[in-house]
Amino acid sequence: MKSIWFHMQGYRDLPDDFPQKYDSVWVTPPNDELCDPAMVSKYLKWNIEELELADELGFDGVGVNEHHQNAYGFPVSPNLIASILANRRSDAAIVVLGNTLPLYNPAIRVAEEFATLDCLSGGRLVAGFPVGSPMDTVGCYGLPPTEVRPRYYEAHDLIMQAWTKPGPFPFNGRFNKLRYVNPWPKPLQKPHPPVWLAGGGSIETWKFATDNNYTYSYLSFSGHLAAKNLMQGYWDQVEKAGLDDNPYRAGFAQLVVVGDTDADAEKLYLKHIQNFYAKSLHVAPHFAAPPGFQTVDSVKAALAKSAGSAFGSVTSPYDLTWADYTEKSKRVIGGSPDTVVAGLEEAIRSLRVGHLMVILQIQSMDRELTEHNTRLFAEKVMPRIRTIWDKEGYRDHWWPLGATRNSQADTSVIKVGVPA
Amino acid sequence: MSNGTIAQVAHPGLFAANPVIIRGTGTPVVYLHGPFGQEWSGFLDDISEVHEVYAPAHPGSVDMSDLEHLDSLWDLILYYDDLFRALGLERFDLIGHSFGGMVAAEYAASFPDRVKKLVLIDAMGLWNDNHPVADHLLASSQARIAMRFHDAQSDVVLDHLKAPEDPAAAQEAHINQFMALASTSHFIHPIPERGLHKRLRRISAPTLVVWGAEDRLTPPAYADEFAALIGGARVELIKGAGHVPQLERREEATGLIGDFLA
Repeated sequence: MKSIWFHMQGYRDLPDDFPQKYDSVWVTPPNDELCDPAMVSKYLKWNIEELELADELGFDGVGVNEHHQNAYGFPVSPNLIASILANRRSDAAIVVLGNTLPLYNPAIRVAEEFATLDCLSGGRLVAGFPVGSPMDTVGCYGLPPTEVRPRYYEAHDLIMQAWTKPGPFPFNGRFNKLRYVNPWPKPLQKPHPPVWLAGGGSIETWKFATDNNYTYSYLSFSGHLAAKNLMQGYWDQVEKAGLDDNPYRAGFAQLVVVGDTDADAEKLYLKHIQNFYAKSLHVAPHFAAPPGFQTVDSVKAALAKSAGSAFGSVTSPYDLTWADYTEKSKRVIGGSPDTVVAGLEEAIRSLRVGHLMVILQIQSMDRELTEHNTRLFAEKVMPRIRTIWDKEGYRDHWWPLGATRNSQADTSVIKVGVPA
Repeated sequence: MSNGTIAQVAHPGLFAANPVIIRGTGTPVVYLHGPFGQEWSGFLDDISEVHEVYAPAHPGSVDMSDLEHLDSLWDLILYYDDLFRALGLERFDLIGHSFGGMVAAEYAASFPDRVKKLVLIDAMGLWNDNHPVADHLLASSQARIAMRFHDAQSDVVLDHLKAPEDPAAAQEAHINQFMALASTSHFIHPIPERGLHKRLRRISAPTLVVWGAEDRLTPPAYADEFAALIGGARVELIKGAGHVPQLERREEATGLIGDFLA
């Protein structure tokens, strides 16, 4: 079982009346009113220090992603931060989940930068290929909703050809027209770094994962109870495709808060959890679901189900209690180390995931509290969940070759010394 | 929606049949709809009393896979040229509303010999930083209503917006609007301007520019810009109307446009 310390890199100070005063945390929150570059200078240093701490504390990997024009998390180019991590002497994986492929034109840029990161890090890169959120692709970067997926598939084909075919060769796509595809360098890992997909549960993405034998990670903040049906849909697709049920085919993002006791955790973190659900997920529905982003079939299915969306909720997040978050909905796994281990094991086994994107820095949590949470997780939780899936003999075929840390957990054969 | 005949017109390209609504007798008039879906309105009833009116659906609004074969606005103009030929229309009058006005103007600039008279109603297609066209795609349904209509509480608008009582019909209407918005935004998101200002000079058809004086989606400033770029075009502003003057001020719109086409 792999734990990846995943950093959302959001804006930590938002006014208390943010959800009332502003339409959306994404696309249109006015930058001059809300985003102080001097504060961002501070946060960026914290973000990097927190990721480096996670590396030092033995997490299997550190993770970053790409988003634009928002306070939820604005790692505008994840490769910038990833390159700082790649330059460290380390055996941890660098999980870039990922570069939003439809936004790169020509998408050869992704092939080049990911290959550079792979070389710089000594083959520690996970290459994440998300389709991108509607807010980023349609809202911030102005793609017509109907072009997002076609651009995604084409960019994917270009990158994979660039990594696996000898250059130079021509690529005549609908959106990318290149006479000479010949990136310098190609990745260190052969044939290419492991590819992870990430999404919010669209059927097309599951199929794309199994067609290509990629992993799929469900990035939700609704917890494993809400994710169960959705992940089952993915596993059904895996079975339909005739692939094995290796849990490392799947990943999940989870907010986790650890205290010395359950009561201690509530006292330390509840406010930040409420801030996260109230502020970071305050996305205007018209940005989250523009016509044409989903297929007509998906819209019909959603209408039939008319379930609550992943974003927003009827009850104010400030009216929800610790028990609501951690016991009723289980959106957050939090409490003493024992409570967290039990909660995580339940989630991991229920969803059948081998890659856990642990979110330990949550909205307004400062540097100090984030370190507290991270240290408790690393020392008292991580060692106890690492061996999940070992007994069953599953091996992670989607882990970067250069990320050798804790490799005994995969092979369970010989314990090798891990450089400090 | 339709009081006319719907002809499933086969398209010579790789496209689904177009459900063209056809009604009336007289010289042919083609009506191209806006981003909210194919329509047959009281206004078109009026026009069809003296003309044979053809009201096609934009491609993609019936079968979204049509969009896989339409990369740009130019592909769309050729789509319509094929469709008009399939309908046997050689020379005809052309009315375009909103997004349909943009397509009509592009068509009339590309094929000036085919259009006898051109009517643009609150047309998209130009951009002025001082009068930005509103974002109708990334907007709540309430915001869309506010930008479309001058008086959203008027009887005609309330009647127009009334959702069907039957749940299945209501869902179908929802899906239809979803597909209409998705397929038209394919060509214009995020800014409905693709260089039309360079081409408007090619339009040779006598042109009438009709605009709702209170239009909050495509502000009335664009009426004068169209007229300045199309030689000899005439502008008529309709007071008390927003983006859809043919609905909010049907009689006035019918009078102006009917006289112009006579």
